[in-house]
Amino acid sequence: MPTPIPTVTNKNKTIEISGLNFFYGKTQSLTNVNLDIHEKQVTAFIGPSGCGKSTLLRTLNRMYDLYPGQRAEGSIMYRGKNILDAGQDVNMLRAKVGMVFQKPTPFPMSVYDNIAFGVRLYEDMSKGEMDERVEWALKKAALWGEVKDKLTKSGLSLSGGQQQRLCIARGVAVKPDVLLLDEPTSALDPISTAKVEELISELKQDYTIAIVTHNMQQAARCSDYTAYMYLGELVEFGETDQIFMNPARKETQDYITGRFG
Amino acid sequence: MSQTVLNPVYRKRLLVHRVGIALSVCAMAIGLIFLAWILTTLLIKGFGALSAGMFVHDTPAPGSDGGGLRNAIVGSLMMVLLSTAISTPIGILAGIYLAEYGEGNWFAQLTRFVTDIMLSAPSIVIGMFVYALYVAKVNHFSGYAGSIALSLIAVPVVVRTTDNMLRLVPNSLLEAAFALGAPRWKVAMMVRLRAVKAGVVTGVLLALARIAGETAPLLFTALNNQFFSADMNAPMANLPVVTYLFAMSPYDNWRDLAWGGALLVTFSVLLLNILSRTVFSQKTPN
Repeated sequence: MPTPIPTVTNKNKTIEISGLNFFYGKTQSLTNVNLDIHEKQVTAFIGPSGCGKSTLLRTLNRMYDLYPGQRAEGSIMYRGKNILDAGQDVNMLRAKVGMVFQKPTPFPMSVYDNIAFGVRLYEDMSKGEMDERVEWALKKAALWGEVKDKLTKSGLSLSGGQQQRLCIARGVAVKPDVLLLDEPTSALDPISTAKVEELISELKQDYTIAIVTHNMQQAARCSDYTAYMYLGELVEFGETDQIFMNPARKETQDYITGRFG
Repeated sequence: MSQTVLNPVYRKRLLVHRVGIALSVCAMAIGLIFLAWILTTLLIKGFGALSAGMFVHDTPAPGSDGGGLRNAIVGSLMMVLLSTAISTPIGILAGIYLAEYGEGNWFAQLTRFVTDIMLSAPSIVIGMFVYALYVAKVNHFSGYAGSIALSLIAVPVVVRTTDNMLRLVPNSLLEAAFALGAPRWKVAMMVRLRAVKAGVVTGVLLALARIAGETAPLLFTALNNQFFSADMNAPMANLPVVTYLFAMSPYDNWRDLAWGGALLVTFSVLLLNILSRTVFSQKTPN
């Protein structure tokens, strides 16, 4: 068995989720989820639609806070603090735990300002430093070459694949700890998808990544750990190779091999 | 084909369809005939009265020849501009409040309800309201009073369009901004409002078009001024009221000026409408 990840069990845990329950109003959509997300590793969440994987991701940056009636119970420890605590500074949390969404969401401003927007929120820097940061972020997202002459053009003028990489660059530019990717390639063509996947492996060196995907091959290709979820419960969690080659649970195997449902 | 026409169900439906089309074409024709009639009369009489002197001379004294509309044009411009300056920030901020905090909040619901009533409130009532509250207190008509009355008409238009436009912004865009750790006011001002900038500008232009032709609220507030005056604290000439008063006068040159004034007002409203449509179609959110 090829093992690209040596001695994983000793890796640092960035996020520790324990006893997590989530409710949309009265409907419970996550039940007693326990898992750890390891530092500078890619953790993939797979499972059929409605299994709660996106919901789980949205608890990690308290995105659900925007909507009244949604609430989470349990604990998500991040850097010694419980993310779910009422006293948690949500804006600071989100600056550290970035997110990229399913559909590209460029802001209605120039490519440059799309990147600078988030940076300006938490850092005071000169024009020269900002120029460097924008270039750095765009290079990280493998977009610099395509947009370096279009920095003043609207972010909306880019193609779908470029827009999504712009959103990744925007997330990277604020130098977060963790990047949450919610089906980042589901709206992209195969070429753009390949670029984003390459990017994920690249970004792993500096960031802890959690990715939700419907694409089994993507999970197998990009991730170090995989979590299989079904009906709001975590069915199986482990190293990706083990989950895909030798799953412990039959449900996992059925889903992975396409025999599900 | 002939087979289907013979089908009685289809034949009945076809008949209903033809009657329906005929009725709606008639209704449209009736509306259009009167609109065309009004516009042609206005164009013929108005263009006949239009002259360079109209923009140079002030409204004439009773019995004197010639004269123009300079004082009325300047007065209208000043009052409309001031009320735009008053109503734009109030309207946009209130619109942002409604869109941001309008869900399940009784105060916002009430604001929205009152705004809707204000949108269809008879403009003469608004004129009387400002008369009672401001003109009667300071004891004289003024351009300020006129601007306040016009603002009361413009604010609900701006509030409603801003509110409606902001609600079109998809949650995904807002979430993306929140996900970077942006505080709520920054998301509202820099992302949400920006995304529908063109729509909000359109709302302001439509409000401008709406107040440019209002007569009733000015009758009780700015009244009129026979002479040129740029003093907003004094009675002020304006196109709608001059048109209204001159149209009913016994003097031919006054009535000509009334036609000219009506044409000017109509064309500026038309221009503002075209402008707002162009702005909106150029930069609508995708």
